[in-house]
Amino acid sequence: MQFGLSESQQILKSNARKFFAAECPMSEVRRIMETDTAQDKKLWRSMAEQGFLGVVFPEEAGGMGLGFVELAALAEEMGRALVPGAFLSNLFAGAALHAAGATKHLAALANGEKTGTVAMLEANASWDPAAVHMPTLAGEKLFVPDAASADLIIVAARDASKQALYLVESHAVEKIPMPAMDLTRRLYKVKFDHPAAELLIEGDAARQALEHALSVVTVALCAEMTGGMQRMMDIAVEYAKTRKQFGKPIGQYQAVQHQCADMLLYTESARSAAYYAAYTMTEGSAEAPTAVSVAKAYASDACRETGNRAVQVQGGMGFTWENDTHLFYRRAKASEIAFGDATYHRERIAKFVID
Amino acid sequence: MRAWFGENVPKDWVKRRDEEESMLGRFEYLRGWQRKLYDAGWAGISWPKDFGGRGAPVMEQVIFIEEMARAEAPPMANVIALGLIGPTIIAFGTPEQKKRYLAKMLSAEEIWCQGFSEPNAGSDLAALSTTGVLDGDHFVVNGQKCWTSYAWAADWCELIVRTDPAAPKHKGLTALLVDMHSPGVEVRGLKQMSGESEFGEIFFRDVRVPMANVVGKVNEGWGVAMGTLMHERGTFGAALQVNYKRNFNRLVEIAKHIDRNGKPAAQDPVIRQKLAQCYAEIEVMRLNQLRAFSRINETGVPGPEGSIQKIFWSELNQRFQQVAMEILGPYGQLAHGSPNAFDEGQWAYGYLRSRGNTIEAGTSEIQRNIIGHFVLGLPKSY
Repeated sequence: MQFGLSESQQILKSNARKFFAAECPMSEVRRIMETDTAQDKKLWRSMAEQGFLGVVFPEEAGGMGLGFVELAALAEEMGRALVPGAFLSNLFAGAALHAAGATKHLAALANGEKTGTVAMLEANASWDPAAVHMPTLAGEKLFVPDAASADLIIVAARDASKQALYLVESHAVEKIPMPAMDLTRRLYKVKFDHPAAELLIEGDAARQALEHALSVVTVALCAEMTGGMQRMMDIAVEYAKTRKQFGKPIGQYQAVQHQCADMLLYTESARSAAYYAAYTMTEGSAEAPTAVSVAKAYASDACRETGNRAVQVQGGMGFTWENDTHLFYRRAKASEIAFGDATYHRERIAKFVID
Repeated sequence: MRAWFGENVPKDWVKRRDEEESMLGRFEYLRGWQRKLYDAGWAGISWPKDFGGRGAPVMEQVIFIEEMARAEAPPMANVIALGLIGPTIIAFGTPEQKKRYLAKMLSAEEIWCQGFSEPNAGSDLAALSTTGVLDGDHFVVNGQKCWTSYAWAADWCELIVRTDPAAPKHKGLTALLVDMHSPGVEVRGLKQMSGESEFGEIFFRDVRVPMANVVGKVNEGWGVAMGTLMHERGTFGAALQVNYKRNFNRLVEIAKHIDRNGKPAAQDPVIRQKLAQCYAEIEVMRLNQLRAFSRINETGVPGPEGSIQKIFWSELNQRFQQVAMEILGPYGQLAHGSPNAFDEGQWAYGYLRSRGNTIEAGTSEIQRNIIGHFVLGLPKSY
């Protein structure tokens, strides 16, 4: 029993860090976020070559067949580098395909040949799979991430009283941008008017597949948020060491220093919760759904609070467009909301531990 | 381990804790329980075999704590010795000291306290002024310590004294093991806002301490004291999760039986949010501790990042106790002895007691200074 990364997991993490430092420095992040889709084909190809897109998918489906801790380690580094684009939506789609047993389509997502996303949320804006109401492929989905760059869209729908997951080619549906806070990931309204669609799975199995895919992508997101928190803290602490006022580095004043200490407390605590959730997922433990909600409830608040402090510590500089903090801060808010905020996950925890 | 707990965990602990009037009565009960654990070989899982321990890796100690929590077992009595001073002697002590003291810590035959804080040396511990003057092969100790937990029960004390007044403040200190039954030692209770006298003051008047009782080297006591404090911050909180989980489960039970807006509080969305947040934070505290133990397993010592655990357990308990007050409503304020009080007034006590959490074992402010300077590398603020 040891709560830390194994040697091979550490190697994967440090390779990912080197890779993104070289392939996706902040200058690239800023360039890519200015493009239409914030999804860069060249970067995506190199990520595919590294095997990053299929880390957690089985080898027979073109993946690396690793566990969720490895996924978390990779996602943490991606969060640290603020990698723009479709990694999480592609993971979400892949996990849904995997859970639905659609191995053929999964392979295309795992090896980078195609990208995918999941259309789940509707006007009611609920992350609960039971709140999906759109009848078989007629209606609107909202907040669909990376829909314009995706080749495939997994659609959650409801046939009569049965839930179902469908696969739709992205070009068969209308996608309307929903400009939002995070500049590195794009959201779309997607209109369905009876496009050609393949039924992947239905009934209770469809709900379970969607629940599982949500857990997978939520764990990755929590780890990614940890990386973002780490980076915001690093930027702010570095500034506090060099910026002088009243003749001293501002980091020498306890009012500033203690905000930095809080950032560390939030970051390390979110990291503990994220990796533990990943571990319970790998183990297939009955505790996994609770652990995932604990991780997301904690990270959602902690990531926002870390961002608040990072901006505050840097004063006027932290509020400028040229400073990178706001890019992480924007991502932090989008991540806080994605797949259920702290309030949503606390109610889930309450169902698990109170009722 | 689980089987042993199943057969041996006393079922009357919570009732005894809540009903027993005297602190000493509760203490003797826990002392008996620790003795039982010691006899079965559970008291010092990661301590050396030669000194009454099991010689197992530190992670097995973690499993033990988790099983204690699962079994809702009572805590052990000699907490300062087990959590702080024992590990300090293991790290810095002579073979003779290890042989003399460790096993009796585990069996709770000798209870320990930690003589660090003084009236004029709290957060600025290195400013302490209790003196140790060499006289032949003894130090003669004079001065006063305060806020000393378990001083009233202690047979021994890890005492930090100034042995070189001319040296810079961190360089003239020495750590001594002092027999609390020595002539010249006087203990007075210090009544806390919660009404108990868990802490005490200790007065030393010409107390003679043999040189053989120096831990580490003379005038290098600051390093020894820091070793003790690293354990206090880094790992001491692990044992607390046993209490936290039990308190949480009990509060959930209460929330099912107290109404709020015409239905049980446990069904009220606001209360559910607050309880779930407590659950999440207790989990995060447990996981932070697990990671801290894993690092100790690799490096052998807790690092300055242990201050994170100290802040976390103390601030979490204050938030938890406030949630308990909200759920209990008018019942929350009821003290021991009141009719209709839940759990014999434990909640009112727990709420008041939690205010001390962010002060004892280093204030939250000092912990944030430590994180700022020693972990994040910011310039020292003082």
